[in-house]
This record gives sequence, structure tokens and C-alpha cells, in this order.
Amino acid sequence: MTPKVLLAASAAAALLLALPASAAQLTIGFSQIGSESGWRAAETSVSKQEAAKRKVNLKIADAQQKQENQIKAIRSFIAQNVDAIFLAPVVSTGWDSVLKEAKEAKIPVVLLDRDIDPSGKDLYLTAVTSDSVHEGAVAGDWLAKTVGTKACNIVELQGTVGASVAANRKKGFDTAIAKHANLKVLRSQTGDFTRAKGKEVMESFIKAEGGGKSICAVYAHNDDMMVGAIQAMKEAGLKPGKDILTVSIDAVPDIFKAMAAGEANATVELTPNMAGPALDAIAAFKEKGTVPPKWIQTESKLYTAADDPQKIYDSKKGLGY
Amino acid sequence: MTALLPRRGLAQVLALIVILAVDRIVSPQFFDLRLQDGRLFGSLIDVLNRGTPVALLTLGMVLVIATRGIDLSVGAVMAISGAIAAGLADSHGLPIVLAAALGAGLVCGLWNGFLVAVLGMQPIVATLILMVAGRGIAQLITEGRIVTFSSPDLVWLGNGSVLGLPVPVVIALGMLILTAAVVRGSALGLLIEATGGNARASELAGVGTRAMILSVYVWCSVCAALAGVIAAADIMGADANNAGLWLELDAILAVVIGGTSLFGGRFSLVLAVLGALIIQTMNTGILLSGYPPEFNLLVKAVVVLAVLLLQSPKLSGLAGIAMRLRRTKA
Repeated sequence: MTPKVLLAASAAAALLLALPASAAQLTIGFSQIGSESGWRAAETSVSKQEAAKRKVNLKIADAQQKQENQIKAIRSFIAQNVDAIFLAPVVSTGWDSVLKEAKEAKIPVVLLDRDIDPSGKDLYLTAVTSDSVHEGAVAGDWLAKTVGTKACNIVELQGTVGASVAANRKKGFDTAIAKHANLKVLRSQTGDFTRAKGKEVMESFIKAEGGGKSICAVYAHNDDMMVGAIQAMKEAGLKPGKDILTVSIDAVPDIFKAMAAGEANATVELTPNMAGPALDAIAAFKEKGTVPPKWIQTESKLYTAADDPQKIYDSKKGLGY
Repeated sequence: MTALLPRRGLAQVLALIVILAVDRIVSPQFFDLRLQDGRLFGSLIDVLNRGTPVALLTLGMVLVIATRGIDLSVGAVMAISGAIAAGLADSHGLPIVLAAALGAGLVCGLWNGFLVAVLGMQPIVATLILMVAGRGIAQLITEGRIVTFSSPDLVWLGNGSVLGLPVPVVIALGMLILTAAVVRGSALGLLIEATGGNARASELAGVGTRAMILSVYVWCSVCAALAGVIAAADIMGADANNAGLWLELDAILAVVIGGTSLFGGRFSLVLAVLGALIIQTMNTGILLSGYPPEFNLLVKAVVVLAVLLLQSPKLSGLAGIAMRLRRTKA
């Protein structure tokens, strides 16, 4: 008798648990690239948070930087008949056949953070990405506004030569400051997106510009290079944030630490929250049939010392950056 | 200077002087030095300081290459030791941090040495294993993020100064003297060269070739681990994705610029370190020049080609013939 009751009770409990799930809960498969960078780790943890907030069952598959793993993951999501698939594509080509399979299974696919090649535009519902040209422009506009009318010589730490993000962030910044004749990029060199190279290149900028006296601002294509550059400035006896303005992109926790210490001025966020807008788009598509635009641009928010950097640091440091 | 260097060092010294002169042209303040917070400050100091990791790598690499081997894993070993040092820095004292980081290097070296000396694997393949796996190990230690620390002791290793010179430079100098004293102060250097020249003949003559090979790989990894600690101390953080990335190639290049043959049997420590300085002098010059970064690699390739051509015996033979011809015409 007792085991039977127990069984019945547990079956009832399972039913209770399963009922709301089958009625409204969405199951979404997310093929994540892997843990190539701190930002990627933060994107994964924020995706989990956003899914939990909306009571979505998010299944994350880590592809360890390999396209074949991503394709396998997508096929298994199709086999599980999930409601939607999120894909952060590791490369931009080679997705046609697997995305066709998803399309035939009537499972919408949303691209996160990166786009794929144009031939596959009808194979996915929408792409949620940041506009890196716009990021550069936000940085340039902040600098132009902060400097005002006084002449300002800028040194630029570029990302890896040939990386599209680096080219775009340069383009956006250059366009923004082109409107202001008092702003001039004095020197521009690649720091390969790393702290060590950012420091080394900044050291050479300081030497080449008479001990850094003629430099008014540093623009770095990512925060890590800026963290290195800040060290170089301090070692040269300069005060970053005061003698030399700093503006960089990404909004990783360590730049907020520097900002709280008064050693950095501004950063433009590349939000790790790509899943939030994607989840909203999928919910609207599933419930009301609203077809989202082909591209959902995430916000490139500017943070300065006025935004309580210590608090942001505390909230961001647990995300896995 | 020339008394210290063998005659074959002439090409390297000439190359260094020429590159220094070019640096002076592209950047007029290149030789300026001043004191800043008790340490020397100037581009020359940057060359020495930034050249330290590769210089340390060459100290081990040159011995490995002298035994007709090669070690591709040094960059990955740097990442591992840096990750370990950064992870322990804020909770443990400097002696423990250094012991753990260098100990990890020792283990890596034993692994490489075991594969090459005991199992007889081709060095390029044997060390490729750790080159690939090592970076993964480092990423596991740091969980893929940049682990930062604030321990003043470890930071001093990267950013402090002794008598005005950056600490890394002093360490590299000390390691050069130590290595030179050990291998050239005894017959060890000769035995290493014998192993590289003809391992079978050396073994028959009573040289413990296995021990020689094992010990050079261990020394190479320990030097790499030290370079990794310094690189981490420099940026006050361990960046497992980028620390030491491709530096194995710079180290091999430095050894080759230093005139050591990849076929083993002969080596020069001082010239290998000079090779590392040549590479860094060029890198710093490129950064100071203000040319667009798209040209960096091209300039580097042309300079390296020129330095290597300068050492080519065939080419200097041709130049000699040309000069003689001109003289006979005149």
C-alpha cells in the first residue's frame, strides 16, 4: 500500500511541476562558443540569469571553440524539439545545411553577438549584436564633449590588426572626432587587445611624446589594453584620469576598479546581455507571431566615474569576466 | 666587449648597432635617460625590460637547440607559471609563490625531457603536446579570466628596481651569469654540444646523453616559468589566453639570430641573448616610429632577413669577391 501511495503522490507532484511548464514555459537551446574570453563567460552567466528571470528553460551547450560541436549541438536541439535555438557562431560560414534543418523543423534560430555570412539571411529569425562602429562613436563623442574647445592630442591603442571589431571601433571613433578640429589622433598602434601589449605600446607612446606631456587623452579599443596603459602612465609619473583622459570599450570589471580609484574616466559597454533581447523577441514571436527586425542592436552604454563605479565593479565581478 | 665575444659575434653586434642607429633616426629621444621615482626611464630601458621574457626563454632554448632539440612549449609554460603565481600571490608569501611557479616549470620540463630523452620522441612533436595542452591547463587554473593580484612582493618582481635598473633586467642578467657559469665554467657545455653533434658517438664515448637532454629541457622550462612569473608580475595579473603567446617562436628566432645552428652541436649563450635584444630593439623601434601597425610584421620580417643574410657565409663570400673585383678594376 505505502509504496503505491508514494508513487501516486510523486506522480501527482511531477504532474503539478510539469503542468505549468508544458503550458507556458519555453525550452530554448543555446549553442555557446565556449570560454574563449572573460566576456564570453559573462555572457553565459547573464544568459542563465535572464532565462531564469523569464522562467525559460535554457539548455546551454559549450562548443569549445569548434564549429562541428556547435553543429552537433544544434542537431541535438532539433531532435529534442526545443522551442527556439540561440547560436553564438564561432565562424561566419558553413551554417547553411544545419540552419536549413532547423528551418524545416520550424524552430526559429536567433544569432547572438556575431552575424553569419549574407547567404544565410533567411535561415535565421534575427541577430542580436552590438554595433562596434557605434561603440567607437560613443567613445569619441564623450571625449569631444569632455574636452570642449581646447586642443587635445589623442593616442590610440588599436585592437588586433585585421580584426573587424578593431577596424569598426577605429572607424566609429575617427568619424566622431572628425567633426571637432581640436581633436587629433597623434599616434595609433596595435596593442593586440592584451594588457601586456597595451602597456608596452603606451610606454613607447609616452617616450615618443616627450614623457607624455603632449598627450591629452588615450583611446583604447578594449579595457584590457587600457588597464595596461594606466600602469604604464603611472610608472612614468603621470596621473591617468587627471593628466591624461582615458576612454575605452567593453566595460569589464577591472576598468571600474580603475575608475573608482580615479585612474580611468570612461568606458563604453559591450553588454554581455545578448540573451535578454533575444528571449523577448522569441516570446513575442511565439505568443503574438511578431516577427522581429533582422537585426536587434544592443545598447552601447557609456559609464563614467559619475555612475558609482565601485558598485558596478561589485555587481560585475561575479559574472566570470 | 669584443674580448668577451667570439669572433663570430661580429655580425650580431653590427646588426644591433645598425638597428639602434635606425631607432635613433625614427625617434630622436631614443637614447634619453632620466630618473623617474628612483628608476631609470627611457626607451633603452624599455628595450631591456620588454626583452627580458624572450631573453630568459633563449637561455634555455639555446641549450635545447644545442642538443639538436627544440622546445615549442615555453610560451605555454609561461602561461601556466604565471597563472599559478597570480593565483597564490595574495594568499601566500613570495617564496611559496616562486617555488610553486618554478616547480610547475620543473614538472613541465621533466615531462618534455622524459618524452624526448627516455621515449625518444621527436622534440618538435613531444613539445608540441605541452604547447597545446599547457595553455589549456593555464586556462583551467584561471578559469578563462584574467586573475589579478595586488601582492606588493610579486608586483616588485615585475615593476620594482635595483640600482635604477628594472628588477626583471637584473634577474635576466643574473640568470645569464648563472647559466654561463654552470655550462661554460664546467665541461657541461661541451657535453651538451657533443650530445647535439653526435648523440651515438658521445654515448659510446661515455657521455650521459640521456641525462644531458633531460636536464636541458628542465632548465628550459624553469627559465620559461621564471619568464611567466615576470610577465604576470608586470601586468599584475595572469592572462592565460595571451601570456607568452608565440614567444616560443621569438625565442627560437633569437637563438638563430645569435648564430646557433638548429642542427645542434654548438651554441653561444651571450649571442643568443644578444639575439633577443636585437628583436626587442627592433620591436621598440617599430612602436616608436609611429608607422601604421599594418607594417609591423613586414618591417620585422625584412629586418630579420637582413640580419640572417649578414651572417650567411655564402653571401659574405660573394661580397668579398665583389670587393676584390672592384679593387682589381681600380
